[in-house]
Amino acid sequence: MSATDLQNHPAARALAQRHRLRVWEGLPWLLALACYFAFPRYLGFGTEILITVLFAISLDLALGYAGIVTLGHAAFFGAGAYTVGMLAKNGIWTEPITGLLLGAAVAGLIGFLSGLVLLRTAGLTLLMLTLCFMGLLEESANMGADFTGGFDGLDSLPIKPIVGMFEFDVLYSKTQYLYVLAVLFVCFVFTRTLVYSPFGHSLTGIRENTLRMHAVGAPVERRLVICYTISAAIAGIAGALWAQANAYVNLSTLGLDRAATVLIILVLGGYGRLYGAFVGAFVYMMLEHFLSKLYPEAWQLGLGLLLVVIALFARGGILGIGEELRRRFRGWRNKP
Amino acid sequence: MTVLLETQSVSKNFGALRATREVSFKLEEGARHALIGPNGAGKTTFINLLTGVLPPNSGKVLLKDRDITQMAQAERVKLGIARTFQINRLFRGLSVLENVYMAVAERVGAAPKMLTPAGAQRDVIDESMQLLESLKLADIAHHTIVGLPYGRQRLVELAITLGLKPEVLLLDEPAAGVPSAESHIILDAIDALPKTIGVLIIDHDMDLVFRFAKRITVLVRGAIFAEGTPKEIGANPDVRAVYLGQATQHG
Amino acid sequence: MIFGIDVISTLLGGVAAGMVLFIVSVGLSVTMGLMGFVNLAHGGFAMIGGYLIVLAMNRLGMPFVAALAIGFVVVAAVSTIFERLLYSRLYRATELDQVLFTIGLVFMMIASVTLAVGPETQPLTLPTWLQGQINLGFISYRTYSIVLIAVGTVIMLGLWLGFERTRMGAQIRAAVDNRRMAESLGINITRLFTLVFAFGSGMAALGGGLGAEFLGLDPQYPLKYLVIFLIVVAVGGLGRITGVFYASLIIGVVDFALKKYLPQGGTVFIYGMTILLLLWRPQGLFGKST
Ligand SMILES: Nc1ncnc2c1ncn2[C@@H]1O[C@H](COP(=O)(O)OP(=O)(O)O)[C@@H](O)[C@H]1O
Ligand SMILES: [Mg+2]
Repeated sequence: MSATDLQNHPAARALAQRHRLRVWEGLPWLLALACYFAFPRYLGFGTEILITVLFAISLDLALGYAGIVTLGHAAFFGAGAYTVGMLAKNGIWTEPITGLLLGAAVAGLIGFLSGLVLLRTAGLTLLMLTLCFMGLLEESANMGADFTGGFDGLDSLPIKPIVGMFEFDVLYSKTQYLYVLAVLFVCFVFTRTLVYSPFGHSLTGIRENTLRMHAVGAPVERRLVICYTISAAIAGIAGALWAQANAYVNLSTLGLDRAATVLIILVLGGYGRLYGAFVGAFVYMMLEHFLSKLYPEAWQLGLGLLLVVIALFARGGILGIGEELRRRFRGWRNKP
Repeated sequence: MTVLLETQSVSKNFGALRATREVSFKLEEGARHALIGPNGAGKTTFINLLTGVLPPNSGKVLLKDRDITQMAQAERVKLGIARTFQINRLFRGLSVLENVYMAVAERVGAAPKMLTPAGAQRDVIDESMQLLESLKLADIAHHTIVGLPYGRQRLVELAITLGLKPEVLLLDEPAAGVPSAESHIILDAIDALPKTIGVLIIDHDMDLVFRFAKRITVLVRGAIFAEGTPKEIGANPDVRAVYLGQATQHG
Repeated sequence: MIFGIDVISTLLGGVAAGMVLFIVSVGLSVTMGLMGFVNLAHGGFAMIGGYLIVLAMNRLGMPFVAALAIGFVVVAAVSTIFERLLYSRLYRATELDQVLFTIGLVFMMIASVTLAVGPETQPLTLPTWLQGQINLGFISYRTYSIVLIAVGTVIMLGLWLGFERTRMGAQIRAAVDNRRMAESLGINITRLFTLVFAFGSGMAALGGGLGAEFLGLDPQYPLKYLVIFLIVVAVGGLGRITGVFYASLIIGVVDFALKKYLPQGGTVFIYGMTILLLLWRPQGLFGKST
């Protein structure tokens, strides 16, 4: 093959165009905007979903791309939420957008420092460490009642209007919804850029085969710590948004429940796929919203069953099933 | 001749097992050196000591007279030591091209880039494609590793390593599992490398070893048993007794 | 002297709690060490055992000891089915898959128990011979705690002898240390896994019943105590019976003492120590380094 043949080789072209935007990628955003007009009474719930999407995206970066199996990601969500909460409650900082940046910075710093020591381990030890680290933060927040409000948390947070103009909407969350959607969009564009970059490619390499990454000369630990820090910062933004949108923080932001839920959401949608976070959060929260109050046991039973089935048969989650079906359909159509 | 890689009496123990015993070894510039020995002799362990996968219990590893005994794997790679694994270590969910891209991007320093797409690194893609072409892998460049025949995977393993443009190339049984009709691809690829590179190859295929090597070291139970030119080794009755006879029986 | 008595009673209480931790966790440690399986549903087997035992007593009027035996046997049998049908498919899967699968199981167990029995805590009424205090000469202490200590010690000794002295114990130890080597020696790993899993789950059931009196027994049990069981196993070292025993006692005593003297910061202390320990020795306090 000549040099130009090689450049036009399908594999080379596929790699060169891997990051291009697909038409359907506009869909989630159009739907989210449509919901704003179609369901004005459900925007509080919608805001919750969007925040969960962002949180799940942050986990996807660490778990889905770099393969860091963590059960303690709520540590960073909580760190962002408490940063905003404590600053606002004490009247130190109430401006929302810079508040997000502060939440990201604190969560990112905690992610960096903990990642520096935790990410030297792997497997079960890492799992335990992330779990214990989150427990440590949760208990500290519980104990430091003078600052964190302890078990009750902090409520009635005074948050300034966004860019000084748009008041947070207590009743219908209209402002919150658009604000969160905008932040989600920015963070998503950043994450998308990251996972398609050479850096993101090398994270995939670490996930697929760590030993080989060492053997091609990649500074594996440094890459993991950077990824973990970014992931923590994004989780911190999600937590900060949660505190601002609800005007309160409490221990639920830091608990095993939240960490397990976001993991389940990501896996349900499909991890390592960017859009799994959207699908998972939407499906999970809709089901939970409509089932868990009416039939709480049935919901839990069904959720458990779903997890078992995913672990045994459908590791790609909903998106993975979709891809599989599409491939089969194509194979069937292409048959002579 | 300058010495590229050298060990001074390195030893490695796994509990009571002495897998490497005071091995002093030199790999020179332009060397075509073979390391042979029965299964379990400690050949792979020795490569692991050279590349920093394992720390030795005692002794030193030197690269161009510089002590690298304590150096991490990745840093050694940056200094020009690259290896293939006896058992494939590939990015199994990625395409062949993406596998090689990983190594080339790392070598040219493109890998840390966060804000430009991987696909925009045309130079990395082009170089990876050319490498695949030279190993007759271009036609399967877009295949995912998982579905490939083992022999093909072996060649991808080699391609990744060559993508690092090493000065010292350590090949751990590169031809094992490759159909014999294709094993010449490996030797051709090594022949095409710059002559100054030092190559150390482990293999059980004596035809391949004797065709390739200008020097042979025989390792038995972790220690150097004999060393010399292929002729000397072939004529050494002790080597024949412990190893060569055995290997011919294996076929 | 008051101070001395206080310390001794704290120790006894802590050791008794530690024994329960040991009985529940030992199976988890061996299955994790042997199969490398992250079984977050282990506490679920303890809960189901606890429910069987308590319900057998409360509703069928069965004596305590007989109920314990029934709990052990039923859970061991049920877990065999689980192991053969489900767990065994995931022995080679990633940790993430194992985590998801076992969290899913926990949810299903919680929901099933809630549906079948209800969400409220099940009280365990001890038989009269276990109630009250016993005079040890230097101190008078709760009879049940002393019995727990005795039972735990006997179980420990039994397991230790079984591990050190029987063929099967030797096989398990060999398989924990080097699975491939064990397999090449002709040990039937599949059968070993099933037996160990069943036995470990049965022990968990026993622990669920024995500990119901002070750990409580409600559907949230497997999640509530998940982290503490994992900590015991991680501190003790995977697959080390004596390691789990010491770790259980240490954590039992530390937890008990902290709850008594420092009710606020106790959990923080345990989390903090576990983190430091695992960073220092990832293989646990009593695990073998590789
Ligand atoms: N990581 C390890 N832990 C324990 N023993 C090992 C390890 N790696 C290799 N060994 C043992 O060291 C000896 C040498 O192995 P190896 O270097 O793979 O031999 P070779 O490559 O010559 O066949 C063998 O007995 C093997 O079982
Ligand atoms: Mg070998």
